[in-house]
Amino acid sequence: MIAIEDGGALLLIALMALVTLLARFGGVLLMSFIPMGRRVEGFINAMAGSVLVAVLVPVAVKADGAGQLALLATAVLMLLFRRPMPAIAAGILVAALVRAV
Amino acid sequence: MSHYIAPELSPAAFKQGFWRLLPISLFVAVFGAAFGLAAVQTGLPGHEIVLMSATVFAGTAQFAALELWGAEVPVLPLLATTFAINARMLLMGATLYPWMSLLPPGRRYGSLVILSDANWAMNLNDLQSGRNTLGALVGGGFALWLTWLTGTIIGMVFGSAITDPKALGVDMVMGCFMLSMVLAGRRTSRTVMAWVVGGAAAYAAWLWLPENSHVVVGALAGGLVGALWLEDKA
Repeated sequence: MIAIEDGGALLLIALMALVTLLARFGGVLLMSFIPMGRRVEGFINAMAGSVLVAVLVPVAVKADGAGQLALLATAVLMLLFRRPMPAIAAGILVAALVRAV
Repeated sequence: MSHYIAPELSPAAFKQGFWRLLPISLFVAVFGAAFGLAAVQTGLPGHEIVLMSATVFAGTAQFAALELWGAEVPVLPLLATTFAINARMLLMGATLYPWMSLLPPGRRYGSLVILSDANWAMNLNDLQSGRNTLGALVGGGFALWLTWLTGTIIGMVFGSAITDPKALGVDMVMGCFMLSMVLAGRRTSRTVMAWVVGGAAAYAAWLWLPENSHVVVGALAGGLVGALWLEDKA
């Protein structure tokens, strides 16, 4: 336990920032000790999309109907036109409209 | 491997990245405002709130910190939670390694200081599709940092004036953005298999494993698919 008085809070914030910075640096730093081969390369390039999917799964499951329709709208527009900004805008619009009704 | 080239970071690329991520960043400001308000309500003084948003710059972890905040704060749970939530950054950083390894250490780690979800996702897509700059990561990261900080301050000052972000659909912005980034990437049966396995593993972890573990579990499971099912030699 650290009391937040007498600069304790500032110390806590500094520690949080440090831990987060370690996470930001750590991936690249750790990879520099691993020899790059085809398997390792296959691992990290497949992991790229999987990080996003893994972030998305609970978001999609927890979302209300309007939120799920928003994701669906974004997905459909992306598959049709491959332009992120209009697809995202359409998703947000769908969520806002469905909730307004 | 040999087909990677060191990415450049010119002022022009920085500017371009900044403007490309600014629209999303404006929505991030809304979350910043929500954080500013919540932090005021938790009882943090203004300068500490601003300092946290400026130096930690990781929304989910900052919200989680507020849950643990009090007259006395348990240090290890705070840092463990921060690390668990931000562990996805380890994996995100690792995916940039083939390009980052070609840069001198100063540039390499200097540009990672500002790594977060949206600018990473966009920059990785850029690199994979042959747009060989760090503009989205660094310039876009700066846009995200700036609006996160501005949003935090707005929330601290005008907290109660903010309308319900959910009614405006703002809560779905990051979800829609992430989804568009997944689908903007190269799609092969191999990557789709990695998404399916990764998504299923993330879902299982979300249901049954400790909180905040689902991203790491899902990403590693998807990565494993990639390690076992190699791309055809180009």
